[in-house]
Amino acid sequence: VTGLGGKAAIVGAGQTEFSKEAGRSETRLANEAILAALADAGLAVADVDGLVSYTIDPVEETELARGLGIPEIRWSSRVPYGGGGSQGVLLHAAAAVAAGAADTVVAYRAVKARSGNRFGAARSGVASSSSHSGTTAGQWAAPYGVLTPASWMSLNATRYMHQFGVTNEDFGRAVVQLRGYAATNPNARFFGRPITLDDHQASRWIAEPAIRLFDCCQETDGAVAFIITSSERGAATRAPVTIAAAGGAALLEQEIATDHYSADLSLMDSSAALARQLFDRGDIKRSDIDLAMIYDAFSPILFMQLEGLGFCGYGEAKDFIADGALGPDGALPCNTNGGLIGEGYIHGLNLTLEAVRQLRGDAANQLSQVRTALVSASRTGVILSR
Amino acid sequence: VTAIDERVPLLRPAPAVTEDNLFYWEAARDGRLVAQRCASCGKLRHPPRTGCPYCQSLDFEIAELSGDGEIYSYSLLWHPRSPRFSYPVIAILVDLAEGVRVVSNLVGSEPADVRIGLPVRVEFDPCDGGLAVPVFRARAATA
Repeated sequence: VTGLGGKAAIVGAGQTEFSKEAGRSETRLANEAILAALADAGLAVADVDGLVSYTIDPVEETELARGLGIPEIRWSSRVPYGGGGSQGVLLHAAAAVAAGAADTVVAYRAVKARSGNRFGAARSGVASSSSHSGTTAGQWAAPYGVLTPASWMSLNATRYMHQFGVTNEDFGRAVVQLRGYAATNPNARFFGRPITLDDHQASRWIAEPAIRLFDCCQETDGAVAFIITSSERGAATRAPVTIAAAGGAALLEQEIATDHYSADLSLMDSSAALARQLFDRGDIKRSDIDLAMIYDAFSPILFMQLEGLGFCGYGEAKDFIADGALGPDGALPCNTNGGLIGEGYIHGLNLTLEAVRQLRGDAANQLSQVRTALVSASRTGVILSR
Repeated sequence: VTAIDERVPLLRPAPAVTEDNLFYWEAARDGRLVAQRCASCGKLRHPPRTGCPYCQSLDFEIAELSGDGEIYSYSLLWHPRSPRFSYPVIAILVDLAEGVRVVSNLVGSEPADVRIGLPVRVEFDPCDGGLAVPVFRARAATA
């Protein structure tokens, strides 16, 4: 293992409830999730000396530190690229710990994507150039009514479908599996609500021919937090999970949820680059992965990442999934919490939370023998192990 | 909630105009489709940016484009809906003849007629702020 591999561990994980209306501020949600994560780790607020979140997270570090009572922050950072950058908080935290810039880092995301600023709303009045969101949609897409992440992404997905003969029904087979996992996960927004392929095909079009309503993640209120420290310090905690590899691969022309300008949009080049970071530089092989948690803001990007990461060939995800690969007994159990589509959308960090739970053996849909888990958010990712 | 007066047709929202993309939107306002051409290596690029991604030169010229291209991908956008557009919005990616790609809309066609590979030609549609945006209309395959 080269680079950061194995030097840092997740020693605590916490969350708030996931809901449609939290009824309290994002700062309060972050505060609650971080306290839960510290309790899980058996560490105190005074142990924390580092903070990392997303550039678009609304929580101010100063307010958060006040509410928690963190006496001294030695290091802090934020990661761009929205949910695609979600696993970057672990890359940053592991790097800070490995470098000695901080001893104990809190990585968090708090969001009111349902009751606050809905990610899927058609906000044509706002045409900002960036606002640290890493996208130029306001300049190049909003004047054309291409206003939402689903609409940005669907342009890539249609090309993918055209290139490889994929249908929305193919996407539906993955969604049925995700909703099946969610149905037995009490933490999921869709707990107790499995669907059939017919249900999926009857859901209304959001962006035809790629994305129906049931292909979309659930805008959600809530927060998730992790405590990261060195593997040595982590060894003294209850249930440390090693960050075996962490990588980022933000390629030229990519924006949040979009890349409209690369030559071939049917291939998710960022996932292929991420896989090189995670697999080619260390000693972990694809065949070692017992669980894959893959950023499924919309079902097509689950397919494109599976292919880019090399778990199947380009154009083969539809057959891989139709063969049951993503199920609990499949070739690559995937998004066992229901994913962002079934459990909820804490902007990708709830996928990491599920990986930690599976590795510790306390997930709602617990698999047997989970030793190594991959979390991929297309351009950032981690491999976790126990 | 803002009341929408349905008697007044709403224009498209204006693009976010920046110091680095001003030339593009000024040209569009004047009915011209343009792109940056590197003054050093001669390569075209879009969307506009401060330097050449191929040779790092900061010098560029503004190249006039033919306005002809073909649809690289598309999407019929049904939900959510903005009062500024009629639905479904026909969103398209156009590969222009000169080799750059733009996000746009297909106008003058039924949603069922949009397809990858459809030859299209630019025209211009007004938007807020006294500006206009390039949009595309199907052209006869033999043209």
